[in-house]
Amino acid sequence: MFMIRVALPFHLRNLAHVGSEVTLEIEGAVTQRSILDALEARYPMLQGAIRDHVTQQRRPFLRFFACEEDLTHQSPDAALPDVVASGKEPFLIIGAIAGG
Amino acid sequence: MSKVRVLAGTRKGAFILESDGKREKWDVSGPHFAGWEMYHIKGSPADPNRLYASQTSGWFGQMIQRSDDGGKTWYQPGTPPGEPAAPGGMPKPASNKFVYDASPATGKPLTTHQWYDGTQHPWEFKRVWHFEPSLSDPDTVYAGVEDAALFRSSDGGQNWHELPGLRGHGTGPNWQPGAGGMCLHTIILDPKNPQRIYIAISAAGAFRSDDGGASWKPINKGLYSQYIPNPTAEVGHCVHHIAMNPSRPGVLFMQKHWHVMRSDDAGDNWTKVSGNLPTDFGFVIDVNSHEPETIYVVPIKSDSEHFVHEGKLRVYRSRTGGNEWEALTKGLPQKDCYVNVLRDAMAVDSLDKCGIYFGTTGGQVYASADAGDSWAPIVRDLPAVLSVEVQTLA
Repeated sequence: MFMIRVALPFHLRNLAHVGSEVTLEIEGAVTQRSILDALEARYPMLQGAIRDHVTQQRRPFLRFFACEEDLTHQSPDAALPDVVASGKEPFLIIGAIAGG
Repeated sequence: MSKVRVLAGTRKGAFILESDGKREKWDVSGPHFAGWEMYHIKGSPADPNRLYASQTSGWFGQMIQRSDDGGKTWYQPGTPPGEPAAPGGMPKPASNKFVYDASPATGKPLTTHQWYDGTQHPWEFKRVWHFEPSLSDPDTVYAGVEDAALFRSSDGGQNWHELPGLRGHGTGPNWQPGAGGMCLHTIILDPKNPQRIYIAISAAGAFRSDDGGASWKPINKGLYSQYIPNPTAEVGHCVHHIAMNPSRPGVLFMQKHWHVMRSDDAGDNWTKVSGNLPTDFGFVIDVNSHEPETIYVVPIKSDSEHFVHEGKLRVYRSRTGGNEWEALTKGLPQKDCYVNVLRDAMAVDSLDKCGIYFGTTGGQVYASADAGDSWAPIVRDLPAVLSVEVQTLA
């Protein structure tokens, strides 16, 4: 069991009625997929907002960062750094800086 | 005393404007869902406190919001009002899950439409343009979406199912997106015939179902569109909006890309009624709630210049069901005005005299409490207004 931290962008915080960061329990490997599964299970109002309901593809204007690295294009099943799994560093969901 | 509640969707949030029956002093609440594009908000005729709102974003996709208290509080259907769901304790919500029906059981699953360059393109869900709540059941609501299709929920917006007979009609490969996308933007439920539904799509045209949405026929006879290879084709017309007075559900008025049209036979045949309008390009059209031959449009200069003609914001009214139009200007800017009024941004109340409301891309919401004779802004400086609906409350 891991207790990890996820930082959310402004609009997802408002949808989920939470602050800038949430903590989640993860059983098994800590990966992008397991984090998003846990996030959507805890906050079901976020389903469809980060990845498509059907294809499970990441929405194009969202990126995933951790430990000052862009992990967006890594496999969703790749293990994330230990410091993310330990909760020392947050997993960041970032909205692209674009638009008006 | 009666009250009115105006529901304004904008590029950056939703606003609720309320007044008593005099419609002189207004309370403004919002922005609700600040920063999100709010394409449409509409109340249930069967329960005026039940509102449905389409919340969209290029970043985060489509959200459905519902209020059960007239817009004071909102929640996504399927999640508890105001509270995040307990872990594992809630059914998986699907209020923003719009999946096109491709099952063999529907007969002709349709997977492509015409793209801007004339090639075929797969259907892709983008957003909800319009909600049309049932006239009798607050939990039943229709959604018109982009790419064009009609969905229905019968559980208050928690789950959505396509009515596939529309896309299965067989003309889909000739449907194509307009500049704003290929959207189903108009849904009209016949108050005297529960089996009859009208819809309109940019750019496909108008369709009618006489069996509750199971099957559809194009109703575009009489439309003429120079921008398609066959100007009188069965489908491909860029219909911008259709309006109906509930007392005469067989009489329809249409603002097409160019041309204002009317039909006296439930859409089977259309006649041009642009008459003396200074330009017959436009987006909105509506009908006076008490005078079914009194209609309103806002002429826009052209399809290349989406702002009002001659820098003057003028609503045009016909008391003869078209052809003879008068400019309504009192209280509206008559110089240096270059706003647009988008297709779902005009509505009428049912008070006497009829109130008319419209919102502009400049962020003004104007109201007339005297059937259009005079106008005043309710608010001047909202984000660009995408839609306006009004509820008349007891």
